[in-house]
Amino acid sequence: MGFFKLGTMTLKGLVKKPETLQYPAETKEPYADQKGTVVNAKPADCTLCTLCAKRCPTNAIDVDREKRTWSISHLNCIQCGYCIAGCPKKVLVMKGERPALAAKKSVEKIKIPAQKKKEVAEKKD
Amino acid sequence: MSNMGKSSVIPFGPQHPVLPEPLHLDLVVEDEVVVKAIPQIGFVHRGLEKLVEKKDYNQFVYVVERICGICSFGHSMGYSEAIERLAGVKIPKRAEYLRGIWLELSRVHSHILWMGLAADAFGYESLFMHCWRLREKILDVFEKTTGGRVIFSVCAPGGVLRDIDDTTLSDIKALLESIKGEYTQLCKAFLNDSSVKNRTVGVGVISKEQAEEFSMVGPFTRASGVDYDVRSLGNGAYGYLSKFTPVTDDQGDCYARVKVRAAEVFQSIDIINELISTIPKGDTFEAMKGVLEKDVEATNVLEQPRGECFYYGKGNGSKFLERFRIRTPTSQNLAGMVTSLEGCDLADVNMIVLTIDPCISCTER
Repeated sequence: MGFFKLGTMTLKGLVKKPETLQYPAETKEPYADQKGTVVNAKPADCTLCTLCAKRCPTNAIDVDREKRTWSISHLNCIQCGYCIAGCPKKVLVMKGERPALAAKKSVEKIKIPAQKKKEVAEKKD
Repeated sequence: MSNMGKSSVIPFGPQHPVLPEPLHLDLVVEDEVVVKAIPQIGFVHRGLEKLVEKKDYNQFVYVVERICGICSFGHSMGYSEAIERLAGVKIPKRAEYLRGIWLELSRVHSHILWMGLAADAFGYESLFMHCWRLREKILDVFEKTTGGRVIFSVCAPGGVLRDIDDTTLSDIKALLESIKGEYTQLCKAFLNDSSVKNRTVGVGVISKEQAEEFSMVGPFTRASGVDYDVRSLGNGAYGYLSKFTPVTDDQGDCYARVKVRAAEVFQSIDIINELISTIPKGDTFEAMKGVLEKDVEATNVLEQPRGECFYYGKGNGSKFLERFRIRTPTSQNLAGMVTSLEGCDLADVNMIVLTIDPCISCTER
């Protein structure tokens, strides 16, 4: 009898808790190293070398050296991590949470503070 | 007496409630029997092979893995191996084992997904839900180990970008044991059901001679008795296995194809267990730098869940590739599919198309 073969699985399903997550009452914590959002975590250490912008396969990162801004379009980012691997100062990190929902396209822009050149000059003296 | 029926042409697809892939078939039908089927593809062509002109060989891996969602890891692995052969680079041994583990997990995931689709094709929706519930557990493993559920971005020329620690490897082993138990029950329910047998036994038969003549690949041809499986060649991690024999069946009908895919899931679980127990320690990645030499070609074959996939790459003296070509298993199986459709009932068309496990987004890139 074919239809009784799944019977035990079906009956167990009546008493077990559901396989699906009862979102938004329950949420799932992201795993460590899960892909979500690429973030410039230490703007003070960023040297605007533009390696991340050159590496990005979708051109989501844009670096403007004159205006000293670093910007990323989260919509175009495919969370591949190639920019993170190539950053020489290790300022880029991947956070586990997905970017928030947005009603229109926007680009996240960060102003990179000017490097402190006075400390370097004092060390030389 | 000549055939008195009048032929009519029924268009099938690309949008159809039971058709899983955007394939168009013109079915020439006489009195509900299909006489001829004329396929047409080209609805999801994205021109991905042309992007080699814009993305260098390190960036192109992210394009290649987005050719298809189910075969995603297979494509990135095939591409990375082809580029490594082009440049003459050898990757660490641990990376080969990890690639083998992820590829076999992809195969298990693909076959379980396929069985759910096959059950849904003739209305067995509860089996479809159970199969996809099992598939979620494997997707969870992918998310934990690679960071993504469908597109992993973990294989790159030079090795693999992430490592799996020993606790996670033993968790994967335990999970596969539990999946094995539930999957055995689902297989028994599917394969021993008389209504399933009525619809699949003797339907869409391809003989061994026809399979060899059309050069079919994958479980589609192994169900007709041809024992060709690229994993027998021993590339990569498959060279370290103690033994490997392809799963074959000699009936050549839809029922045989279901049986072959179900048996391949158990075989893949055994392969993963063996690779986990024998994985060596070491590095996993050495970044590839430099340019690819001009006019040097490299080829690679891989056993995707759907069959043998062939990769060809050619360098042009810079960090861009001159040409990258992928010959996917479904494009090879289209001739066999069209032959198996001749002489079947109109109601069996979607079952036969499903049993070849089509992946049109791979075929059209």
